[in-house]
Amino acid sequence: MIPELGNFALMIALAITIIQGTLPLIGTQRGISNWMALARPAAQAQFFFLLLAIVLLGVSFVQDDFSVRYVATNSNTKLPLIYKVSAIWGGHEGSLLLWAFMLSLWGAAVTWFSKSLPFQLTSRALAVLGLVGIGFLLFLLLTSNPFDRLIPAAIDGRDLNPLLQDPGLAIHPPMLYMGYVGFAVPFAFVIAALIGGHLDATWARWSRPWTAAAWLFLTLGIGLGSWWAYYELGWGGWWFWDPVENASFMPWLMGTALLHSLAVTEKRGAFKVWTILLAIFTFSLSLLGTFLVRSGVLVSVHAFATDPARGVFILAFLGVVIGGSLALYAWRAPSIRGGGKFESVSRETLLLINNVLLVVATLTVLIGTIYPLILDALGLGKISVGPPYFDTVFVPIMLPMSFLIGVSAVVRWKADQLERVANKQKILLIVSMVIGLTLPFLIFGESSIQLSLSIAVALWIIVSMVADFLNRSTKRGKGFRDNIRNLSRSHIAMLVAHAGLGVFIIGVAFSNAFSVEKDVRMEPGTRIEAGNYTFHLDGLVRKQGPNYVTTEALVYVYNEDNEKVAALHPEKRLYTVQNMPMTEASIDEGVFRDLYVAMGEPIKGSNAWAMRVYYKPFIQWIWMGVLLMTLGGGLAATDPRYRRTAARAREL
Amino acid sequence: MTPKRKRRLLLVLLIVAGVSGAATLMMKALNENINLFYSPTQVAAGEAPRGHTFRLGGLVAEGSLKREANEGLTVNFEITDSAESITVAYTGILPDLFREGQGIVALGKLDNNGLFVADEVLAKHDENYMPPEVAEALEAGHKKGIEEMKAKEAAQVQGATQ
Repeated sequence: MIPELGNFALMIALAITIIQGTLPLIGTQRGISNWMALARPAAQAQFFFLLLAIVLLGVSFVQDDFSVRYVATNSNTKLPLIYKVSAIWGGHEGSLLLWAFMLSLWGAAVTWFSKSLPFQLTSRALAVLGLVGIGFLLFLLLTSNPFDRLIPAAIDGRDLNPLLQDPGLAIHPPMLYMGYVGFAVPFAFVIAALIGGHLDATWARWSRPWTAAAWLFLTLGIGLGSWWAYYELGWGGWWFWDPVENASFMPWLMGTALLHSLAVTEKRGAFKVWTILLAIFTFSLSLLGTFLVRSGVLVSVHAFATDPARGVFILAFLGVVIGGSLALYAWRAPSIRGGGKFESVSRETLLLINNVLLVVATLTVLIGTIYPLILDALGLGKISVGPPYFDTVFVPIMLPMSFLIGVSAVVRWKADQLERVANKQKILLIVSMVIGLTLPFLIFGESSIQLSLSIAVALWIIVSMVADFLNRSTKRGKGFRDNIRNLSRSHIAMLVAHAGLGVFIIGVAFSNAFSVEKDVRMEPGTRIEAGNYTFHLDGLVRKQGPNYVTTEALVYVYNEDNEKVAALHPEKRLYTVQNMPMTEASIDEGVFRDLYVAMGEPIKGSNAWAMRVYYKPFIQWIWMGVLLMTLGGGLAATDPRYRRTAARAREL
Repeated sequence: MTPKRKRRLLLVLLIVAGVSGAATLMMKALNENINLFYSPTQVAAGEAPRGHTFRLGGLVAEGSLKREANEGLTVNFEITDSAESITVAYTGILPDLFREGQGIVALGKLDNNGLFVADEVLAKHDENYMPPEVAEALEAGHKKGIEEMKAKEAAQVQGATQ
């Protein structure tokens, strides 16, 4: 009964979404205000029914209803409750339902927070969101229905993929999808504005907090994913340039460009056409990511589907969305007037360079990701592009960009003098260069050009942001508190997010350069040295878990002075239902180093194990940086300035 | 030139310089980091380059996995597409799902004795999963095996009639 209700909820949602996607649009063209007024309640109703569907799917999971195919393939009676809930999005069908649900959630959010906007614009934007929703709901119902029955019902389920049985991964997909799908909102407003032909500052001001919100979720989602890869896969790496990772990284890069370009469009009225293109591309890349991950053309942990019909459907949908919006753009863009003028030394120029570099970076990732797919599709051979490609291309693009961030807080809009900026920042630059170039030698006793440069640039960013904050908060004439209050929240957001990037770069540079990774043979009593620490295997025990059996090792770690600093408990589990072995790494986290042990395999004919013993300096800084960037995104999205303008607009 | 034109020119130059710089870098990096895929049959026929990294895929031959007896972590096993087998040496920890009979892809180089020295061994996190390249290699290997068998039969039939 419950799965039928769920199915029914999906169908009602589709019917409502069709109304939402068509009538308001016709209404705005013909001036029928009743039809336009349908958009708001339709968006809310769509949200309600999709929420109902997702809850009903959850109920099926909790009740162990193995007559539902999706539940039978992704759950098991012995699966702990929290993973029964997260199993809702643990497979192909459910994750698409989550996609559609997130889209409706963003749509509902637009109806809640857009009361101050022109009625026509909101109706059009909601209709565009509805059109996107129709595509996804059709896809769900026609090719990937999570409520499909399994007859006869399975006696027990096939269990959730053990890799996904982890708290970090339980929340990774919702965060990532919030981000992916969130870029549908700026996209919808761009399309709505293009249809209406009004692209003014209101549109840009209104798009900014939404873009920042989507961006912060995507940042957090990608960060969670890489953190999970680090401790769960047991290889000690945090980013592999895997096509699926790239699929989420491309919209992030493009979305970052959009965020910056929107700032120019709002403040100065410039870059309008460019901003529109970026909004279209960012959302297109989100869709492309979904296509790559969900169609089965890519091979990875994330790719569930191998049904070609699904791939063709998403590809066609992708074609309609990108083709349609670019056609609309080509038709309308020539009528858009360029905005404010600016000098070659100005904040606009800086942001322009930022945009060019980010777009070029996105293109390089895109080419590295889809080049093998295109060659394969044309029958020209099977190749893969290795991580060194991305490292070689990415660093030279990102270093100059990071360097320019250091002046971003002080360069003025419209026109500035190179001399003024140089005078203001030269001491900071010299100090951070000197410290940055010597710091690796002080801590680790060695360095390389790339490492020293990276550290220097990272420090330069952080120091510039802190200095700008201090300068502005200690302005003469007023107290510290008043000064802080006068600072716009967007400005603080910018400082925090940029400093976060600096922290992130330090983490990446140090952990890449000085990690010690050893694959070794260990038996009880073996001592292994890695980066000034000694790892001692004390013993091994076998244990029983809820749906697995495990061998647990006890490893003590001693520092140079032979003091015990950590006791690690890595495990090798065997999940009994799928007969799948899993490595549970054990990590002692620290601000300046992680100590990491993962079990490989038992060595036949002895009581020894193959083990991975890692020393990872500064690696936690990577995720501290990501958290700071997320915090920056949060501050930007909640700037009261946007609400004030909204309130003012309401009064008029 | 008017300031507006000047600005436009600057913009265009910036973009052209950025894109062409990145494109050069990209082509160079791409050329150096493309790894071609070869099946055991292709490697046995000498089609794979020596001293250059490539990917080799197929099934891990049953009973071929041997760990060297010393203190190290070197293992030897054979990758087969049912027509030909190539011996692989790998030092390190094999992935969780590495088993005999499993489809895998190894990344490495051929040494002078025809031994494939792998830097990386990939087995995906699903026991039913077969990498598409491996599936194709197996199919090709299988077809070749059948053709050889037919050729042999034909030869025997010919021999019998003579």
